[in-house]
Amino acid sequence: MQMSGAQMVCEAIIAEGVKTVFGYPGGAIMHVYDEIYKQNGFEHILNRHEQASVHAADGYARATGEVGVAMVTSGPGFTNAVTGLATAYMDSIPMVVISGQVPLSLIGTDGFQEIDAVGISRPCTKHNFLVRRLEELPRILKEAFYIARTGRPGPVLVDVPKDITVEIGEFVYPESVDIPSYKPTYKGNKRQIEKAVEAIKQAKKPLLYIGGGVVLSNASELVRELANKAQIPAVETLMARGVMGAKNPLLQGMLGMHGNYASNMAMSETDLVISLGARFDDRVTGKLSEFAKYADIIHVDIDAANIGKLVDVDYPIVGDITQVLEKMLPLLEDVDSDRYQAWREILKRYNTLHPQSFVDSDEVIKPQWAIERIGELVGEEAIITSDVGQHQMWAAQHYPFDRPRQWINSGGLGTMGFGFPAAIGAKRACPEKTVINITGDGSILMNMQELVTAAEYKIPVINVILNNHFLGMVRQWQTFFYEKRYSETDLSFQPNFKALAEACGGIGYDVTTKAEFDAALKDAIGQEKVCFMNVATNRFEDVLPMVPAGGALFNMMLPQKTQNSTEEK
Amino acid sequence: MAHSTKERRVISVIVMNESSVLARVTALFAGRGYNIESLTVAPIPDSSMSNITIATNGSTRVMEQITKQLHKLIPVYKVIEHEEMVEKEMVLVKFPAAERLSDIQALCMAYNGGIANVGPDMVIGMVADEPCRVQHFLEAAKRYNPLEIVRGGVVAIER
Repeated sequence: MQMSGAQMVCEAIIAEGVKTVFGYPGGAIMHVYDEIYKQNGFEHILNRHEQASVHAADGYARATGEVGVAMVTSGPGFTNAVTGLATAYMDSIPMVVISGQVPLSLIGTDGFQEIDAVGISRPCTKHNFLVRRLEELPRILKEAFYIARTGRPGPVLVDVPKDITVEIGEFVYPESVDIPSYKPTYKGNKRQIEKAVEAIKQAKKPLLYIGGGVVLSNASELVRELANKAQIPAVETLMARGVMGAKNPLLQGMLGMHGNYASNMAMSETDLVISLGARFDDRVTGKLSEFAKYADIIHVDIDAANIGKLVDVDYPIVGDITQVLEKMLPLLEDVDSDRYQAWREILKRYNTLHPQSFVDSDEVIKPQWAIERIGELVGEEAIITSDVGQHQMWAAQHYPFDRPRQWINSGGLGTMGFGFPAAIGAKRACPEKTVINITGDGSILMNMQELVTAAEYKIPVINVILNNHFLGMVRQWQTFFYEKRYSETDLSFQPNFKALAEACGGIGYDVTTKAEFDAALKDAIGQEKVCFMNVATNRFEDVLPMVPAGGALFNMMLPQKTQNSTEEK
Repeated sequence: MAHSTKERRVISVIVMNESSVLARVTALFAGRGYNIESLTVAPIPDSSMSNITIATNGSTRVMEQITKQLHKLIPVYKVIEHEEMVEKEMVLVKFPAAERLSDIQALCMAYNGGIANVGPDMVIGMVADEPCRVQHFLEAAKRYNPLEIVRGGVVAIER
């Protein structure tokens, strides 16, 4: 069928089954927007900043597992999108971003709103394309979606020059993709899997180390089955919260810099690490030479480059976790789960010794209390997004996550301003779910213009701002490591968050007591409007436990056991 | 696997012939802090692919990462870490015409080369040999006051 390049872009999006596209128009992408106007195969959400569009597409992808799509114009439109691309890249999120580009004849001439988009995005995309001929466009679009969702997922950029969107040509959307140089490995090596199972049967203190790859592979049920069948304790990374389910007694918690005592000790004392879709990030391992020092390591990852990158691996298995576990589980039929009983007892003891705790207060709202309270009120129903900082760690520590894709946050890149637009994307993808962005008074301002987006499209996202009038995480480091020199972290000067939300067509709540918190949250859940819940918390709360950067996991700063934190209130 | 001695290695990267594929490969080296000692690129005859020969160095772990990261690039078809290879490098050297032509020719011939061009006030010698022999040649050539030296990258083929 004959059509313009712009029409081809729309047809491909429809053919891929995408229901919502997030974007922002501009000169170079106008022809595509003209076609968006004419079609009704998908809806378009106009965010108020390109970065937010990409985060929203990202949130949409994380909530559903499908490819998120964002659309931006050339030059500044694209450069604004870069943070979103990098965020998705670091967390392996399937996404296609379509950017306008100046006409082919102007490329390289420093034309108006020209920037080398493929050059800039090379290190923060899984792959990118600059379309040079209209005939290539259908194939490139097909490949972009294919590359984004297969293998280790990731964002793909398609940069389309303006003249190509105008040109008319034959459109046949390819049915299949064949890229000779791109053949991801899904099946794990059978021999290696058998050896790994043997190692599990020989181990005395095995530990499941669960990463975000399990979520991406939709393998949570299989992981739970593995853990339950063999009764092997498990720890989750920040990206894997929800995989095991908070109620599972085998789950020790989150490990790493802000991991709980039992998790970090488990990793320090285990004799066999079973790593599933985790990548030994520095925020997880602490000092590498002390990490799982006494253990053999099984490492299952779809990305061969992750295996052996940071630690020596004894049982490398390149493959998709779902497929590997499907082969592994039958081999574990005869596993003797009593074998690990003593190990489970040790970890139970650690959990009793130092549970994940905080000192609550009757005078002021503690951020951890607020998060646990949200968990009590909406629990597994809600999707929780977060920004980056103390609130993110508290949410990861204290929220009772029960299922994968319930917890959406920027783990790898640590992008402040991610939470609100991601919540918009998640809510659009799952309108029946309550979507709450747990954020801070620093992060929320980084994409606050999305109030307007959420208000216009009636996307009722609840933003719980845990407001300590500080860039809390940096402040915490300054307290610990910079002799309390609070350089540029005091956020005492603030907008009126309630009025700000109202000015943009949303609802604002000022919350200072626990009763007000409950009332505001319950009211917000019933509303059909976006809201800001400005929750005044104590200023000097620290995220604990904490492993100082570069320290060994077992050297944790632990929270006080009794109430004695009135010093700097 | 954990020994950290830096070793010189030559790898051949077979890539799909498409625009910016070389940029992807070199950007990967730059972005991840790997070293490129020399680099040679040319299309493979009668195919839609090109061969990029890279001489680099690093510990075993770094070399393994380089190989795996290269593999991850979508247009990279194959990565060959050379073990048993024939390796050649080319160099052109411009000498002043005042030097003795026969001496220069004899030297170049000793290293698989010869005189490539003679002009009114200069002589260009050419040598193609293993990288260490090219190095020896350049040391020997110093006595003939070379005006300019242009060294090519390595090409290698597995035996």
